[in-house]
Amino acid sequence: MMPDEHAKRTAWGRRLVVAIPYIWLLVFFLAPFAIVFKISFSEVQIAMPPYAPVFGWEEGFAGWLDKFSELSFDNYLWLGQDALYINSYLSSLRIAAVSTFLVLLIGYPIAYGMARAPTQWRPALVMLVILPFWTSFLIRVYAWIGILKKEGLLNQALVGIGLIDEPLTILNTNIAVYIGIVYSYLPFMVLPLYANLEKLDRALIEAALDLGCHPIKAFWTITFPLSLPGVLAGSFLVFIPAVGEFVIPDLLGGSETLMIGKTLWSEFFSNRDWPVSSAVAVLLLLILVIPIVLFQHFQQKQAEKGQ
Amino acid sequence: MTERPSLFNIVSVVFGFAFLYLPILLLIIYSFNESRLVTVWAGFSTKWYVQMINNEGLMNAAWVTARVAFVSATIATVLGTLAAIVLIRFGRFRGRTLFSGMIYAPLVMPEVITGLSLLLLFVAINLDRGFWTVVIAHITFSMCFAAVVVQSRLVSFDTSLEEAAMDLGCPPARAFFSVTLPVIMPAVISAWMLSFTLSLDDLVIASFTTGPGATTLPMKIYSQVRLGVTPEINAVCSVLIAVVTVGVLAASIVTKRREVERQRAERAAIAGN
Repeated sequence: MMPDEHAKRTAWGRRLVVAIPYIWLLVFFLAPFAIVFKISFSEVQIAMPPYAPVFGWEEGFAGWLDKFSELSFDNYLWLGQDALYINSYLSSLRIAAVSTFLVLLIGYPIAYGMARAPTQWRPALVMLVILPFWTSFLIRVYAWIGILKKEGLLNQALVGIGLIDEPLTILNTNIAVYIGIVYSYLPFMVLPLYANLEKLDRALIEAALDLGCHPIKAFWTITFPLSLPGVLAGSFLVFIPAVGEFVIPDLLGGSETLMIGKTLWSEFFSNRDWPVSSAVAVLLLLILVIPIVLFQHFQQKQAEKGQ
Repeated sequence: MTERPSLFNIVSVVFGFAFLYLPILLLIIYSFNESRLVTVWAGFSTKWYVQMINNEGLMNAAWVTARVAFVSATIATVLGTLAAIVLIRFGRFRGRTLFSGMIYAPLVMPEVITGLSLLLLFVAINLDRGFWTVVIAHITFSMCFAAVVVQSRLVSFDTSLEEAAMDLGCPPARAFFSVTLPVIMPAVISAWMLSFTLSLDDLVIASFTTGPGATTLPMKIYSQVRLGVTPEINAVCSVLIAVVTVGVLAASIVTKRREVERQRAERAAIAGN
C-alpha cells in the first residue's frame, strides 16, 4: 500500500469514528429538542398527533415567514397565567435545592468515613455504595411506601418503642418526597466526594494539627475547600435531575406536592395536551440550561485535568 | 488518607449503609410474607413467587424488558466506546464542544424531557412506536453513560503502546482491536452492564416512547404500585434485585481477576527482558 493511500484511509477511518456517535446524538438527542420547541408554539387539536402543524418543509422560505407571524404564544401565556405552572416550577426548584443540601449533609460524613477507612476495605465500601445505584430506582422508591405508610413499618416501630402514640402521616407529604430524593440520589453525592477526599493529602491536615490548629477549624480551612470539586460534581448530579423528578413525587408525594415533572406527565398522559407539555418542557430546559452548561464545563475540565 | 478512623467516621459509615440497605432488605423479607397485608408478618411463604411466575402479563413484560435491555446495551456500548475514543484520543476538532455537550447533557437531563422529545421525534418522522422506539430511546441515553465509563479508563491508559504498534506499521483499526481494546475491556464490560441495568430500570422514557405490545416490566410494576403495595410486586422486585446484584458482583470479580492476571503478565514480561 502507498503511504499516501494509507494516510487517506486513516483519515477516513477517523471521520467515520467521529461521525457514527455524532450523527446518532444529533438525530436522537438534539433534533428532538427542536421538535419540542416547534410544537410548543402550536395549538392543541383533537387528532392524532394532537397538535396543529406549524412549520412544514414544503412551504419554502416565504411560507416560513408567513407562519412566523401566526406563531401561537398561547401555550406560554397560559403557563404564565395559571398559578399551577409557576408554583410547580418554584416548588421543584425549592425541593431540589433543599434535597441537594440534605444529600450533601448526609453524604459528606459517609464519604469522609469511607476515605479514612483502612485501604483494603475501600473497594468493598465503594462497591456497597454503587450496588443500590444499580438497583431499580422504581423499586427503591416503592420500598419506602411500605415503610412510610400510616400502618407501615416506621410507624409500627415508633409506636412500638413508645416514642409516639398516634401513627404519623408521612407518606403523601413533602417529607416523604425529601426522604425519597435523599435516599435515591445519595450514591451520586457519595461517589464523587469519596473520589475527591481519598486523594486528599493527609500531610496538610497533620501539619495544621501539629501547629496547634483545632481539628474542626482544620476541617473547614483545609479539607472542605479542597473537596469543593467533589461537592460541586455531587451537587450537580443531584440537583439537575431532581428538579425534573417524576417517580418520587408521584409515588411518595401527595396532592400538596407540586413538581414540574409530575405536571408535565399529567399534562401529557391525562390531558393529552402535547403543545402545553412541550412548552412546559422548554421552560424547564431553560431553567436547567445554566446548571447543565456549568456541569458540562466542569466535567470537561476535570477530564482534561485527568489527561 | 491513612490514619485510624475516628468513632464519628465509623458511626457515619455504618448509619449511611444501614440507611441505604434497610429499605431493600425489608422489601425482600416481606416478599416471603404469608399475609396479603404487606406490613403485617404472618409467617414464611413462597406463594407470591409462584403467583408471580403464573402471571402471564408480568412474564411477558419481563421478556420484553430483557430483550430491550440486551439489544440497547449492546449498541449503546459500541457507540459509547466510539464516543469515548473521540473525546480522549482525537484532540480538538470542529464541533468538539457540541459533541462533548451532547455526551454530558443526557447524564443529568430530566427523564420527562428526554422521553417527551423522543416521542415527538418519532411522531414527526412517522415511526411506529413499539419495541424499536424504546430500544432507540434507551441507546441514546445509555450510550452517554457508557462513554463516560470507558473514557475514565482511556484517560489513564498510556498511548505509547498504541503508538508503538502503529510505528511498527499496524493500521490504527488493528492497533485498536489488538492493543487498546483488551486493556479497556473491563471498562467496556462495566459500560455494557450499566447500560443494561439503566434500560432494565427505566420507567419514564419507556412510558413515553412505547407503543402497543411493548409494555416493559417497570411500566407493569408502576401501574400495579399505583393500585397499592402487594406482596407479588415485592416478589418481582426481589427477583430483579437478586439478578442485578449477582450480575454486578460476578462481573466485578471477573474483571478484578483479569486485571490481576494482566498485571502479573506485564510484570513477567518486564522481568524477562
